[in-house]
Amino acid sequence: MSVIEARQLEKTYVAGDITVNAIRKVDFTIEPASFVSFIGPSGSGKSTLLNMIGALDPPTSGTLNVVGQEITTLNRKDAATFRGDNIGFVFQDFNLIPVLTVFENVEYPLLMVQNWPKEKRRTRVLDMLEAVGMADQANKYPSQISGGQKQRVAVARALVTNAKLVLADEPTANLDRETANKIITLMKRMRDEFKTTFIFSTHDPKIVQNVETTFTLEDGKIITSNNNAGGSHV
Amino acid sequence: MFNIIKLATRNLQRYKRRTFLTSMLITLGVVAVLLFISVSGSFKAMMIGQITDSMLGHMQIHKKGYLASVDSLPLNRNLNAKQINKVKEILGAEESIEAYSMRIKLGAMFSNFTETTNIRLNAVLPKEELGAAPLLTDRIIDGEKEGLIEKGEILVPELIAKGMKVNVGDTIVLVANNKDGSVNGQTFIVRGILEGISGPGGRDGMIHLDDAKSLLRMDEPEISEIAIRLKNIDQLPAVFAKMKTELESLKNKDDKPIFEVHTWEKISPFFNIAKMIDLMTLFIKIMLVAIVLVSIMNVMIMAVYERINEIGTISAIGTSPGKILGLFIIEGFLLGVLGTFIGVAISLISITAMNASQISFDFGRQTGLMLSPTISAGEVITVALIVIGISVAASLQPAYKASKMDPITALRHV
Repeated sequence: MSVIEARQLEKTYVAGDITVNAIRKVDFTIEPASFVSFIGPSGSGKSTLLNMIGALDPPTSGTLNVVGQEITTLNRKDAATFRGDNIGFVFQDFNLIPVLTVFENVEYPLLMVQNWPKEKRRTRVLDMLEAVGMADQANKYPSQISGGQKQRVAVARALVTNAKLVLADEPTANLDRETANKIITLMKRMRDEFKTTFIFSTHDPKIVQNVETTFTLEDGKIITSNNNAGGSHV
Repeated sequence: MFNIIKLATRNLQRYKRRTFLTSMLITLGVVAVLLFISVSGSFKAMMIGQITDSMLGHMQIHKKGYLASVDSLPLNRNLNAKQINKVKEILGAEESIEAYSMRIKLGAMFSNFTETTNIRLNAVLPKEELGAAPLLTDRIIDGEKEGLIEKGEILVPELIAKGMKVNVGDTIVLVANNKDGSVNGQTFIVRGILEGISGPGGRDGMIHLDDAKSLLRMDEPEISEIAIRLKNIDQLPAVFAKMKTELESLKNKDDKPIFEVHTWEKISPFFNIAKMIDLMTLFIKIMLVAIVLVSIMNVMIMAVYERINEIGTISAIGTSPGKILGLFIIEGFLLGVLGTFIGVAISLISITAMNASQISFDFGRQTGLMLSPTISAGEVITVALIVIGISVAASLQPAYKASKMDPITALRHV
């Protein structure tokens, strides 16, 4: 069963007299545990598509089934619950909470979203920090670690809830070449280890080289789909 | 909930200086209100205590219409023997009454044998009077205090004593008209000098009730005023209502009420000052509310604006709108609690310090009154609840805005 199935997905923004068709009736499926990227020039609709998959932005029309649930009809609260239960996010600017330590940042979704019991939570967070190589930095604050380390923490936070899907919007854009490579390698290892689907919106050729499927968008349409591993298709 | 409190606390610590300044502003407001309440409350309680305990009593009973013409001290509006007995019967059955005093109020000519002036007098039975006005002896600034007064003696008001140059032990003459117009005179020994206080009767002299009867040539007992002291002043509204119903239901032959009952509040102009103090306290409380409202709202609006991206992040990773709302409300709540806690602590220390330093003040002609500010736990709790409640209310709008923020827009915010 596909982890994502989109049919005739459309997103239109209306601002005054201007209507922008950000996504134009696209169809695609993505299989579980795949490594997928959406690429395209600025304004092509990559981020809009990622936002819709992440239940952050409802489509104007079409259907969108993510991890077995039709998400186009979710209200605000249910969408938040759905995200908390199923989706992890990795942002370009890392978006760690500055007043929380590394440990607490990773713990946050378990504590504030999923209400895990304390001991189970602690074990899980330490396991994830160990997995991303940040266990020894657990008590530091985000301001005390490097950009690459922040992104490792963000990956740990995205995966800590056993998310079935991780959405990463330009995850390497603010990292140097070497660190970016390490983050990509880390995410691929995480995919292999936890069988999580990773979907990127990116301009980074390094990511494109590493993914199994690349969807190229232009003017809100998927114009090509390059499938290296046969995991996803248009 | 504990986790939200923990996160809110961390967020407040993020901007230490701002949190400190906002808390201090709230603290300042709380201190101002609590100190004003304690000082004004002390002043009010002292003045009420002095007025009721050294002169008026808590309640007074007169013949209907007496109070309206009290300035002329009308002897034809005195209660007769039958009416006095009826009042005694009712007062005797009321357990909350501690004591009452029968008074004859009269005007007379006061002569020191070289000069003459007008004087207003209260004629009393000393034991009864001391029961109804136990602090009366404190007003005797010269002369014997014990026993208040005996037959043939007079307590002269301070102003008249000075003006007429009479001293304790001097002989004076009182000349009075009775209600039939007959004039009578009687000599008295000055037993003491009575300090004047603010309010009606505060500058009256005092003689023994039996002397008034002989001076006014009363064949039968007559009484102008019955001053009543309750065991507990807090019972005043209930006792007053009961007395009023009971006494004012008694009618004369023309089916009109015989008696009128008044509390000290109706009789003394100080009640209006007390009401003004209460009004000022209310305005100070309103100012406190405004300070808290503006400062907390300002801080919380800033907090939301500065953390838009963070709100987007926590919303994206699944934090429910309700928890985001709660997070910001608790930040406002904690600011209010912090400011209130410090404010209450400073206020209590200040009140203790003021009491220890024995501050005195003057009120009208009264000098050297000791300021002894006190504040009840109820007042402290009320002010604390107001401040904390307003802190929460002031956080509602920014918190609501944060909870309703579109995560995509928030994440794009730089």
